[in-house]
Amino acid sequence: MTDPAWINTALSSARPQAVAALLRYFRNLDTAEEAFQEACLRALRTWPEKGPPRDPAAWLIFVGRNSGIDAARRQSKQAPLPAEELVSDLDDAEADIAERLDGQHYRDDILRLLFICCHPDLPATQQVALALRIVSGLSVKQIARAFLVGESAMEQRITRAKARIANADVPFEAPGPVERSERVAAVLAMVYLVFNEGYSAGATEIANRAPLCEEAIRLARLLLRLFQTEPEVMGLTALLLLQHARAAARFDANGELVLMDDQDRTLWNKALIDEGLALIDKAMRHRRPGPYQIQSAIAALHARAARPEDTDWAEIDLLYSVLESMTPSPVVTLNRAVAFAKLRGPEAALKLIEPLAPKLSGYFHFFGVRGGLLMQLGRTDEAREAFDRAISLANTAAEAAHIRMHLDRLSAPSPAAKANTKAPSRQLH
Amino acid sequence: MLYAILCYNNEDVVCAWSKEQDDEVMARLQVVTGKLRDQGRLGPVARLLPTTAATTLRKTKDEPLVIDGPFAETKEQFLGFYVVDCETLDDAVAVAKDLAEANPGGGSYELRPIGAFFPGKEAA
Repeated sequence: MTDPAWINTALSSARPQAVAALLRYFRNLDTAEEAFQEACLRALRTWPEKGPPRDPAAWLIFVGRNSGIDAARRQSKQAPLPAEELVSDLDDAEADIAERLDGQHYRDDILRLLFICCHPDLPATQQVALALRIVSGLSVKQIARAFLVGESAMEQRITRAKARIANADVPFEAPGPVERSERVAAVLAMVYLVFNEGYSAGATEIANRAPLCEEAIRLARLLLRLFQTEPEVMGLTALLLLQHARAAARFDANGELVLMDDQDRTLWNKALIDEGLALIDKAMRHRRPGPYQIQSAIAALHARAARPEDTDWAEIDLLYSVLESMTPSPVVTLNRAVAFAKLRGPEAALKLIEPLAPKLSGYFHFFGVRGGLLMQLGRTDEAREAFDRAISLANTAAEAAHIRMHLDRLSAPSPAAKANTKAPSRQLH
Repeated sequence: MLYAILCYNNEDVVCAWSKEQDDEVMARLQVVTGKLRDQGRLGPVARLLPTTAATTLRKTKDEPLVIDGPFAETKEQFLGFYVVDCETLDDAVAVAKDLAEANPGGGSYELRPIGAFFPGKEAA
């Protein structure tokens, strides 16, 4: 593992734990980050020669802590840094730190770091940016690209978030049980947001934004390690795995969105699906359903269908109705409409979504689904009107192109084309 | 004698491998296992999903307890195994060395002689 690429992977996988522990020592995000950076630089210098340490995180914490202390001293006294050979031979000290990192400390450190990133004083956009910067270690440039904003604007967003945290006087002690469960919910929401930022990207942006999906899965697994018995954490992790499993099939060679019914299911990632299904089975045993578990169960029904016609739409419709009662939202009802259309026909589905119009008048997917249903009913003019609205509200070029494809079919109507039409919908991508 | 070669490594690191890195490791390991297969020495091989997908059943005086998570929380996790026919311990060590060399990650291999072996019906 002396190749820089492999060393970088080891460094980034040790990052959450190392930064979290350094934060415990220094109680300041910037100092902790700088200390971690310094430790990484030393790792890049010494690991290729000496080989990687047995426990990279413990090594980085030890070296980072010393370099952070040195930096503080340097500022006051300009004391010299210790010689390289003194920090390269750390076996005993490392083992000592590794010992103490086990169990409770590890858990508390990471939780503290995640809770700080999801501090209630921070708006969601700042939470996400901060978590990607501090916990995941993405560069400001990468984050800026993923969110389609300039680098300096993103830099500012992160600086502002850090300033807010400094001013909020965040307690470094672990919160009590009630606050803790609230904060965990906020962390789950942040992770799902990170994932959706990557998942909703079009084909042209996918290269910049797909890493967000992988980061979200990494964060979810990290959380799951901390909360091994929490069914909602299992549910969220399963949901992300099952959705990400379809990544390779979601766009065609031209970068057009491919609906789930039309996807080449042999391109779905079986290992991710298996892991997701295993987690859902585990979650179900707890008999404490929650929104993430329900959504992952819906994703699982799609994943289990070898062919589109094998999909258990009745069960999906039932799960959506449970989700509607748990988290009433017009978007959930809109998603349910797709299952509804499969079971009871487009007319019934249209009736289901009609009352949502006032609330979803600015929502791309509403007009996409509505247009699709109208198209199936042969109400061409109304369908065209809905599709036009959808295009004007599209979030990505791929979304707009997808709707345009439907419009093209409408303009050249033939019985074959009409029989072939399908309702575009959000969760079916 | 059959040996089980049990692989332990930090799963955080393995999960952080990019797809390209993962593919590269798998290809290199297949060179090692391919040689063993050609010699007729390779038994079952398994790569396990992360320990977060694991469930543990623990016997108690009463009903056994079903617990989320792996059997033990360790710094390096049990991630997979090979069953290899080896005449001597030295042979088994040589195989483990080849596997270790093919894998750029850290970790350890436990060489455990197999007492009884039931190949069973091949799973899908």
